Amino acid sequence: MTAADQTQSPLETGPRLRGLRRFVHHHPSLVTMPALLAVFLGVTVAIHPGYDSFDAQSLAMGAMPLAFAAAAQAVVLISGGIDLSVGSMIAVCNVLAATTMENATFGESLLFAAGICVVGALLGAVNGLVVVFSRVPDVVVTLTTGFIWGGVALLILERPGGGAPQEFIQLGAGFLVSPWISGSLVLVAAAVAIIWIPVQRGRLGLLLYAVGSDKASAFRSGVNVELTRFLAYVLGGLFSAVGGIGLVMTTGIGSPLAGVYYTLSGLAAAVLGGVSLTGGRGGIVGPVLAAYVLTLIPADLIFLNIDPNFGQVIQGTLIVLVVMGGGLVELLQRRKK
Amino acid sequence: MSATADPVPAKERAWRRSAGRALNLLRRHTTAALFVLLVCFVGGIEMIVPGTVTPTWISNIVLFAAPLGILAAGQTLVMLSGGIDLSVASVATASAYLMATHSSLGGVACVLWGLSVGLGVGLINGIGVAVLQVQPLVMTLGTGLMTQGTLIVYSQKMLSNAPRVPSFIQSLGSGKVLGGIPIDLILWAPIALVVVIGLRRTGFGRLLYAVGDNREACQLSGVRVWQVLLTDYVLCGLLAAVAGLVIVGGTNAADMSLAEVYLLPSVAAVIIGGTSIFGGRGGYAGSIVGALILTVLNSLLTLLDAPEPIRQILYGTIILILAAAYTRLTD
Amino acid sequence: MFGGTNGASGSRGSRVPFSHLAAEMTSTEILLAASNVAKRFNSVVALKAAALEVRAGEVHALMGANGAGKSTLVKILTGVFPADGGEIAIRGRERRFRSPAQARQAGVVSVYQDPALVPDLTVAQNLRLARVNAKAVRAWLADLGIPELDLGAFVRDLPYPVLRLIDLARALASDPTILLIDEITAALPADLSERIFGIVRRWRERGRSVIFISHRMAEVSALCDRATVLRDGLTVGVTDTARGSEERIVELMLGYEVAHTAAAGDARIAAEAADRAAPALEVRGLRCGRLLNDVSFAVHAGEVLGIAALEGQGQEELFDCIAGVRERDGGEIIVRGRPQDFRHPADAIGAGLVLVPANRQQAMLPQRSIRENVALPAYRGLRHWGLIDMSAERERVQEAIRRLHIDTRAESALQRLSGGNQQKVMIARWLASEFKTLLCFDPTRGIDIGTKRQIYALLRELAAAGAAVLLFSSELPEIPLVCDRAIVLFAGRVVHEMAAADADEVTLLRASHGLVPQREASA
Repeated sequence: MTAADQTQSPLETGPRLRGLRRFVHHHPSLVTMPALLAVFLGVTVAIHPGYDSFDAQSLAMGAMPLAFAAAAQAVVLISGGIDLSVGSMIAVCNVLAATTMENATFGESLLFAAGICVVGALLGAVNGLVVVFSRVPDVVVTLTTGFIWGGVALLILERPGGGAPQEFIQLGAGFLVSPWISGSLVLVAAAVAIIWIPVQRGRLGLLLYAVGSDKASAFRSGVNVELTRFLAYVLGGLFSAVGGIGLVMTTGIGSPLAGVYYTLSGLAAAVLGGVSLTGGRGGIVGPVLAAYVLTLIPADLIFLNIDPNFGQVIQGTLIVLVVMGGGLVELLQRRKK
Repeated sequence: MSATADPVPAKERAWRRSAGRALNLLRRHTTAALFVLLVCFVGGIEMIVPGTVTPTWISNIVLFAAPLGILAAGQTLVMLSGGIDLSVASVATASAYLMATHSSLGGVACVLWGLSVGLGVGLINGIGVAVLQVQPLVMTLGTGLMTQGTLIVYSQKMLSNAPRVPSFIQSLGSGKVLGGIPIDLILWAPIALVVVIGLRRTGFGRLLYAVGDNREACQLSGVRVWQVLLTDYVLCGLLAAVAGLVIVGGTNAADMSLAEVYLLPSVAAVIIGGTSIFGGRGGYAGSIVGALILTVLNSLLTLLDAPEPIRQILYGTIILILAAAYTRLTD
Repeated sequence: MFGGTNGASGSRGSRVPFSHLAAEMTSTEILLAASNVAKRFNSVVALKAAALEVRAGEVHALMGANGAGKSTLVKILTGVFPADGGEIAIRGRERRFRSPAQARQAGVVSVYQDPALVPDLTVAQNLRLARVNAKAVRAWLADLGIPELDLGAFVRDLPYPVLRLIDLARALASDPTILLIDEITAALPADLSERIFGIVRRWRERGRSVIFISHRMAEVSALCDRATVLRDGLTVGVTDTARGSEERIVELMLGYEVAHTAAAGDARIAAEAADRAAPALEVRGLRCGRLLNDVSFAVHAGEVLGIAALEGQGQEELFDCIAGVRERDGGEIIVRGRPQDFRHPADAIGAGLVLVPANRQQAMLPQRSIRENVALPAYRGLRHWGLIDMSAERERVQEAIRRLHIDTRAESALQRLSGGNQQKVMIARWLASEFKTLLCFDPTRGIDIGTKRQIYALLRELAAAGAAVLLFSSELPEIPLVCDRAIVLFAGRVVHEMAAADADEVTLLRASHGLVPQREASA
């Protein structure tokens, strides 16, 4: 036997993936999530053949705040953190919008919206600063700041109320081109395009994924890990602000306790949408699409004449089944190796 | 090459040395330090509103702290193994509700019904985390939502069997004996004893710490990790169910958001008490003091007579400061 | 405090003044001059007064036992954390690095044992992250033998040796003044190591310098010009590596005259006393994964069987299968005459087979005490979940600690112990529980020489007491010192078997490459 008979070089990297297979390997959720959404839409139309543009509009409006909550959570998860205060930040921005815009003109409401985005970013900045400098684990920090922001929301508005000018609400509730493309869809697409795409393509995106994937290696590659994590939370706050403003468009009022639902469901949508809890993997599009899937569930229940209270059960069960299923798949894969 | 002049003067060096030694002492006896902090808080209350700290007040504090303490026991067990249980609040609520709707079956039966919720949800959590290796955060989040949703549906279907809190549960949750000893302490104390001794002196306790510290090392040493984790989450579920029974005994009304307010404090009490959220380090003694501190804090805020939102903000801020101080200390 | 006081008295060569260095001072530029470098972590003093001087155009070895302060010095030089005291001058200018980025700017770049590559990014993205020129990296990768590497592949999909090469290429592409290489040959096949040495030599010819860290004496003599030896946080000597310096370096590292182990003699005696009945462990036609194809051998109670192999010849799979960590694909594992089917390490442990892995991180409980670490396997069974007999446990643990001479000063958490002591605790774990066959996978990798010899002495003791020991070692010279017999794995098969007397380094190395002597001694 000679060295030439050596069957396995330790440097063998395997066949190079090309084309479609490469795309699927690099961006799995961009394939699975649209497919899942299509399936759910198909099921919905099958249940309710009279699905018209009005239904599409209420789906889009209902899902909008959740989509933003999912986006906020996704950014933070990608950077390796977690933000359990997303819902509370949405609540704060929601009541802030409803109180300031109540008697404002359309122009003023736009200005207020911009200001509230800054507020959201500031809330996120506080989260980021505490997580980075106190060295308390992010779960504990954001669980607590969520509690604090909840108190702030109650301080601003004790009971559901407030409002916004009709034209402002129409931005989300109305439509421009076709009744099937509601303003809320456009807003979601616009927010993702304006906020996320430049980040993802630029250096910050690289930093977010690097820090989320392997903090130590990122540090040794010269990355300012703390600044990156801080910015992730700021982005989370920004998306939450947009979500809170969107909630005003959807409901017409502000509600200090509305946020509770969005923290957990936003996290669920992010996980369903392919974002890894440990960081470094996934994108924003998957979670946003997952938000629509999650919102379809109660709608489908209504069509099926099932008690919509089952909605929460089904959502919770769906999350549990999805993550357990994912765990099972990984387990079997590992057994096979 | 001779010795360079020492830039730090002798006095400052001595001061640094004693500060260092004090910090080391704190690090090694964190539970004692926490207890000192608790005493400080109580002293603070007495100073702000003199005459508050009476034996009755103390017994009330223990009365209110007990359900949190029992909840924190389960949370401690789970955090030591490197996990977390965000379903404890829903489990506590559901257990109380199920017990209340079956109160007509008599004492033992309705308690068993309540505990069955803890067992069932704990099993699901355990299977997810232990067998399928799902991350505890997501798993318990999902089961928490699931439990809450199921409870809402169940409550609407169960309009015939109205929930009623039996009197022995009421005494458990709000009663006192022998002129001041809360009855729930009589339940909490043995639980605390079992948990503390269990963690320090049993093989299972050692395994909890070990699994939290390095799961793979446990595998290599022949430990079947899934058995440990499954038991862990079932125990947490059962403890949450017990806590729910105590809570409903205190409020005497089984409603949907009964235990919601206990979720954050259950995590906070454990963290403040010195258990690392990553596992492998900590214990229940600290969580007990943590629960007491949080209850005293709550009482302090009530005394200040501030509006609810302000209280919420202050409560959260102080927890954050305590957690940050603790992390700095032990790093 | 440690500002500038004299180093520990009584140790030879403490605080060697530079004017007395062994090598002749030439007029070559001094690229790096570090002196009096001190660092402590809370109560642990890692460095007292370390010194290092590297000239232009030299390959300089940095040597020392684990715990001597090597890795701390390296981390300070590359900006991972700052020193508490001392001066560091690059090209005559005093520098103080606050981050790896600053060190890199000053021309000091390191290649550590674990490549700082982010797993979920592609290679190209990683290069962009570190702001490194991808073309230059490609050129170096070609020099290193992998010109066709897909830079768009995810790092997590690439094998470990490839990652180390990428890390090296990346470091070279940033054109460093001083390149720091830490144990790079540990995971690479011999021919690749040679290629790297070639590149290092070319780098030296360009007038640059390399600081080379390795536990492999042979490499140091072959490659390096001078060596600085650290011991207990001090620089105890600087020698030329040319003049038969190996023993001198070992002396400096250990601080006393090193006698050769009399193990060779013991080996023969133990072999005769070995129980020739049913072998303690027999493996027939074992297959697992891609790398382990058809392995058969037997280990008897009372003997130490050594396994030699280059990287990736199936030895990891072999040990994983025998220890129950992985399921085998074919073949048989027979323990004392009875065939076994292992599904979990607990099954193997139940059959008396226990594993000491190469990577301590796998088996350690870092935050738990020595006692808890040692006692861990005792509680693996459900029936042991109950109350612990504390005094019995204390006795068992103390006995194991005593036998291994474990330094128990830092009791609180295992992570505070030195690497050598940590590995001893991993072995102590099995001394305190029962076992019949000890599986050691490169147990002394990265451990200082003193501890290595203690561990090998213990293995001989255990064999003499009746245990069977299966030992894989990546350092060939050690095999004849410790083992009774040796086998060589190549391409997933046993290609040669020999007695310890015949297991000299040359034979082992040739067999590891598949070159087997004419007269085959088949098992």
